[in-house]
Amino acid sequence: MKNLNKSTQKLISTIAVIFVLYLAMSIMQATGNLSSLMSGLLVPVCAYSLVAVALNLCVGYLGELSLGHAGFMCIGAFTSALFSKTFQGIIPDVPRFILALLLGTFFAALFGFLIAIPVLRLSGDYLAIVTLAFGEIIKNVINAIYVGVDSKGLHFTLKDMMSLGLEPGGTILINGPQGITGTPRQSNFTLAVLLLIIALIVTFNFVNSRTGRAVKAIRDNQIAAETVGLPITKYKLTAFTISAAIAGVGGVIYAHNINSLTATTNNFGYNMSIMILVYVVLGGIGNFSGSVVAAVVLTMLPELLRGLSNYRMLIYSIVLIGLMLFNWAPSILRFREEHGITSQAILGKLKKKKEVQ
Amino acid sequence: MALLEVTNLGISFGGLRAVDEFNLTIDEGELYGLIGPNGAGKTTVFNMLTGIYKPTDGKIFLGGTDITGKKTAEINKAGIARTFQNIRLFGDQSVLDNVKIGLHNSFEYGTATGIFRLPKYFTVEKQMDEKALSILSVFNLDKDADVLASNLPYGKQRQLEIARALATKPKLLLLDEPAAGMNPNETKDLMDTIALIRKEFGVTILLIEHDMKLVSGICEKLTVLNFGRVLSQGVTTEVLNDPEVIKAYLGE
Repeated sequence: MKNLNKSTQKLISTIAVIFVLYLAMSIMQATGNLSSLMSGLLVPVCAYSLVAVALNLCVGYLGELSLGHAGFMCIGAFTSALFSKTFQGIIPDVPRFILALLLGTFFAALFGFLIAIPVLRLSGDYLAIVTLAFGEIIKNVINAIYVGVDSKGLHFTLKDMMSLGLEPGGTILINGPQGITGTPRQSNFTLAVLLLIIALIVTFNFVNSRTGRAVKAIRDNQIAAETVGLPITKYKLTAFTISAAIAGVGGVIYAHNINSLTATTNNFGYNMSIMILVYVVLGGIGNFSGSVVAAVVLTMLPELLRGLSNYRMLIYSIVLIGLMLFNWAPSILRFREEHGITSQAILGKLKKKKEVQ
Repeated sequence: MALLEVTNLGISFGGLRAVDEFNLTIDEGELYGLIGPNGAGKTTVFNMLTGIYKPTDGKIFLGGTDITGKKTAEINKAGIARTFQNIRLFGDQSVLDNVKIGLHNSFEYGTATGIFRLPKYFTVEKQMDEKALSILSVFNLDKDADVLASNLPYGKQRQLEIARALATKPKLLLLDEPAAGMNPNETKDLMDTIALIRKEFGVTILLIEHDMKLVSGICEKLTVLNFGRVLSQGVTTEVLNDPEVIKAYLGE
């Protein structure tokens, strides 16, 4: 109860900080104080934060390391983009985007569920390797698929564009490795921030509910969880599916922010999965707000350091090591505890300041 | 009528016969002790009774229904709860949440209700809090409800584990060395606690223990295991005076 209040406070202060950052960024953008590079990053940052929150649910609360979350993001991105492109001009903008969002989330969840059935029989390193493989399979299949539509209906092939056999008036929807071009650019910063806040509330509510407690119990001690009558498989599947669904939302936001959506190693492959894991680990495992902060800092940083060109990656890596020590080294943690430099204390102070003002 | 009836239970790990021809009958309301030297197979029997190990031979009946080979979670729902020799709490969660996890199957609301915080969430959570606190108060743990389970002192962790097991509303409670690592005063408190939970929860208890003072003090019947086989079985005083038992376990 007291415990719950403390964590609720943390959620509220996190949302407040995100909101303040959002206002600051929006004002800077409106007054022209934000470089085009930075403003171009605003939506992707939210998308990455969403996937980081999703992965944190999986790693921090289910206790299973997944390296396939970029794959679920990929599914969310491609199903929603495909839907938006197909029904462009047929369904009005707003309902179409809502449907695309729901569809992207649903398919990411569905694939999460289907993949979880075999994968959750494993644990630890084995689970990580198999999820990694599934992530790569998703990316590579999407890279190879051609989809087109004409008056006769949908056409699929895995060979090349010509074997689709489209009529002269037909349009190509997914053009193999060139992906989907011409997705309506409907995500914006406001929407992305809104979805991120919703995702934070959903995950927070989930881990503090009856099901969430069961998931944490399974993580803490599976044998004990079984002896108090918890159905292990059911709750593992539930948590993994929710995690995949949130990653899918990130994909939808990401896909509707760019003109041409392709599945490469850097945006939906192994590199991305590792990048997201880095956000989760540096932000603190089990700490949702930390994941968001890490995602924001680590996405913005390489761009901010672009002026230093040659030393950019060097500084980036030093910051990574610094963050890691700051968050995990026992002696630094003790120092922070003694001097009140924990995230909770800092957020608490900020809140007091606001109240004074 | 017998609450628990075990007939010819046996298990082999490869070529090793860990438990063989194990028979046991426990009547409702009894306090039964399972004793024997280290490695005799006592915990293995517990693991078979709770479905963690699948027995190779034999049958287990709880209240007349066959529960042999069922999954651990189903056996718990049928009415067997247990504690562990090496304490297994949900260490990263509060004392209250540990008991609430034990209450998981007694109170019901769906995942979506939890995520969207529908009215049912608040009413059921409140009921769960009240029930969990009332169980904790039996063990005088209600003051520590917000403490992380792993931060509790050792003796209280053992009590919390019993509280969590009782939250699942068992008919039969299995205690695996409840007095392990306790000093004589703590052991005496534990004996009082066991007497109290028998009265409060009306539960039948089967316990493994090495502390002979505790065993002779509270157990009504005993089974002595040695090398996976039953050495002696019956009323406590008779079993403890059995020359075979004295030779194999108690020492002359």
